[in-house]
Amino acid sequence: MSAITLNDYLLVSGILFAVGLFGVLVRRNIIVIYMCLEIMLNAANLALVAFSRFHVAPDGMPDYHGQALVFFIITVAAAEVAVGLAIIVALYRTRQTTQIDEINKLQY
Amino acid sequence: MSPALFWFFSLMMIAFAILVVVKRNPVASALSLVVSFIGLAALFVSLDAYFIGTIQILVYAGAVMVLFLFIIMLLDLKAEEKRVVTAAPLIGGIVVGFTFLTLLIRVLAGNANGKLPMPALPGPVDDVKRVGELLFSQYNLPLQIIGTLLLVATVGVVVLSKRELK
Repeated sequence: MSAITLNDYLLVSGILFAVGLFGVLVRRNIIVIYMCLEIMLNAANLALVAFSRFHVAPDGMPDYHGQALVFFIITVAAAEVAVGLAIIVALYRTRQTTQIDEINKLQY
Repeated sequence: MSPALFWFFSLMMIAFAILVVVKRNPVASALSLVVSFIGLAALFVSLDAYFIGTIQILVYAGAVMVLFLFIIMLLDLKAEEKRVVTAAPLIGGIVVGFTFLTLLIRVLAGNANGKLPMPALPGPVDDVKRVGELLFSQYNLPLQIIGTLLLVATVGVVVLSKRELK
């Protein structure tokens, strides 16, 4: 097998993003939709780390600005999950469901 | 990392990500997501990003997924008995996903820089030191903002979880 290139990492990252996007569009359970959002965030992280490794700084080391950005993304994602799941729990208390097609009070 | 290991972990990550989407039981989805994140952490390690790989395991596969499982168990979610697969989201998802992938493959085919092999590193990787130095010098203000964001999120979760909002 030939050596792994940046394109391979970007392709894997893109496939992962597409799987997450497909899940967000198709699934009806709001918790699973949240997990698919996490998959998409992680696909972006993989692309960032791959760019950081393949773009070397003048001293020959990877470009660590990309990894600093991934650090921020992971932190924001953790905060987002905490708040989002609290909202889901509050929603479940009022509607007793997590299926998004049963939560249609604003629709009609 | 050898190409075989790269493809092994990539396939593992994508296969378990697909399982997250197709499994009916939310608990099975969450556990598949943990395995997918472990594969992703292995890919981070293959990119010499040991620090990111470690916090991927600690924060995602550890903390975030425990939170997910905790909420699934708290709400006592059952597997969906009969799933109504409506055509519109399914077709939409397939069309959007494949359009995105086709576009990506076309862009990557014209990306000459992406066909170069991974540049060799001159010395041992000290990524924790370097990322830490970046975070505490150049990105000091964003770091403090993100600390405040975590505090706000914690307070917000406590407020949201109270029985009665006054």
